[in-house]
Amino acid sequence: MKLDTTGLESALPLFGANCQMVDGFTAAPAFELPTTLDFDGFQKEAIQMVKPAKGTTTLAFIFKEGVMVAADSRASMGGYISSQSVKKIIEINPYMLGTMAGGAADCQFWHRNLGIKVCRLHELANKRRISVTGASKLLANILYSYRGMGLSVGTMIAGWDETGPGLYYVDSEGGRLKGPRFSVGSGSPYAYGVLDSGYRYDMSIEEAAELARRAIYHATFRDGASGGVASVYHVGPNGWKKLSGDDVGELHYKYYPVTPSTVEQEMVEVSAA
Amino acid sequence: MARYDRAITVFSPDGHLFQVEYALEAVRKGNAAVGVRGTDTVVLGVEKKSAAKLQDSRSVRKIVNLDNHIALACAGLKADARVLINRARIECQSHRLTVEDPVTVEYITRYIAGLQQKYTQSGGVRPFGLSTLIIGFDPYTGVPSLYQTDPSGTFSAWKANATGRNSNSIREFLEKNYKETHGQETIKLAIRALLEVVESGGKNIEVAVMTKDQGLRQLEEAEIDAIVAEIEAEKAAAEAAKKGPARDA
Repeated sequence: MKLDTTGLESALPLFGANCQMVDGFTAAPAFELPTTLDFDGFQKEAIQMVKPAKGTTTLAFIFKEGVMVAADSRASMGGYISSQSVKKIIEINPYMLGTMAGGAADCQFWHRNLGIKVCRLHELANKRRISVTGASKLLANILYSYRGMGLSVGTMIAGWDETGPGLYYVDSEGGRLKGPRFSVGSGSPYAYGVLDSGYRYDMSIEEAAELARRAIYHATFRDGASGGVASVYHVGPNGWKKLSGDDVGELHYKYYPVTPSTVEQEMVEVSAA
Repeated sequence: MARYDRAITVFSPDGHLFQVEYALEAVRKGNAAVGVRGTDTVVLGVEKKSAAKLQDSRSVRKIVNLDNHIALACAGLKADARVLINRARIECQSHRLTVEDPVTVEYITRYIAGLQQKYTQSGGVRPFGLSTLIIGFDPYTGVPSLYQTDPSGTFSAWKANATGRNSNSIREFLEKNYKETHGQETIKLAIRALLEVVESGGKNIEVAVMTKDQGLRQLEEAEIDAIVAEIEAEKAAAEAAKKGPARDA
């Protein structure tokens, strides 16, 4: 797990990593220590570099008709917007969705792993679909076993199984929470504000989709690290279905249309006198 | 032939695994065990050898719980059974822990059968010398099931089955007399089947009944005696009915 530290090496290395000092110590460390003067600062920088999709807004909630899942699509690296079209809702299998927050690669890999190695094999071996509870628990256990090794995953597993709609929040610390409403990411406080105040259990699918869309929009309005396209998915008894993907810029003018104001001076063409 | 029954990992030229077949022999020498599936009840019955006077019969339970909704009876080497049952009980709890769901009967049967198969394909070990009858209810759909495994590691679902001593006669009886039953009728059918090969009486049979709501219930000796008496009365009445009309005519 040796990080590429050529860009961070200082001009005068005081002592090399694989040098005579550690002769006789046969136990190999998990991480090879880089040659740098400021080791703690270097570690912090390395962690920042590894987490590209830190800024995000994702949310999911359970209501009468199933689970509504929504996310933005912006990836940012500090102040630079690296992409406006990231797919943050991952389709684990036809009836389960996962959201991406944290490390994009970590989320994508572990969700695909969950869908194929865990959920599909379970279906084949046991002739019935795995429950959302079971899938989220198995993912949480896998992430727990990698605890402390630098995985960055903050995901929600949403699905519909024999017991009805299910929603779990799972993170790379190994934490797992069951709940009716979750929002994850830098834009989550803004999304929670809209979501919590507008939420009712017995909404229709359109009402719930509009609530999710508005919550994402408001988060992208105030949070610089969220933006792009607000995607909304619905998970019902027959699986998930993508309902909409609206550019948040266009949503802004839909919610706050520009009112034509009186013109102060109007230029009129004067006919040649 | 004798050269091919030392280590079980070796096939004989005509495709036999002799150790597995010898294990099946051990099963055939074990106590008779019968299982019957009804629409809302599943019953296990086991032949009990007459208890020694000084033995505490309660410590020799032959029908055991694997979980709240799954029970097992077996025929063959009882010491091997203990080991298998312990591993199955651990697996039931482990499943509850990792997927927050109780096992299905099919899952735990597959696990036990897989364990039995592993010991037919490893060096230096012998197969488990027992066949099991596993009953239980699906935790969500509530459907009752009966499964059987054997030393080779195969398993299948049954409406009614028997294993151990004279299992062929019991199975023949069940094939002739099986019909969909519920509640007390299922218990009677199981006991009638077992009585084909066992001396009648409550102290020679151990019976356990599983229902969806009440889990496993071991029947008391007195209860079994009462049902046996009922069965004998029915049999006598059937005999009398057969002889009766013939005499009149």
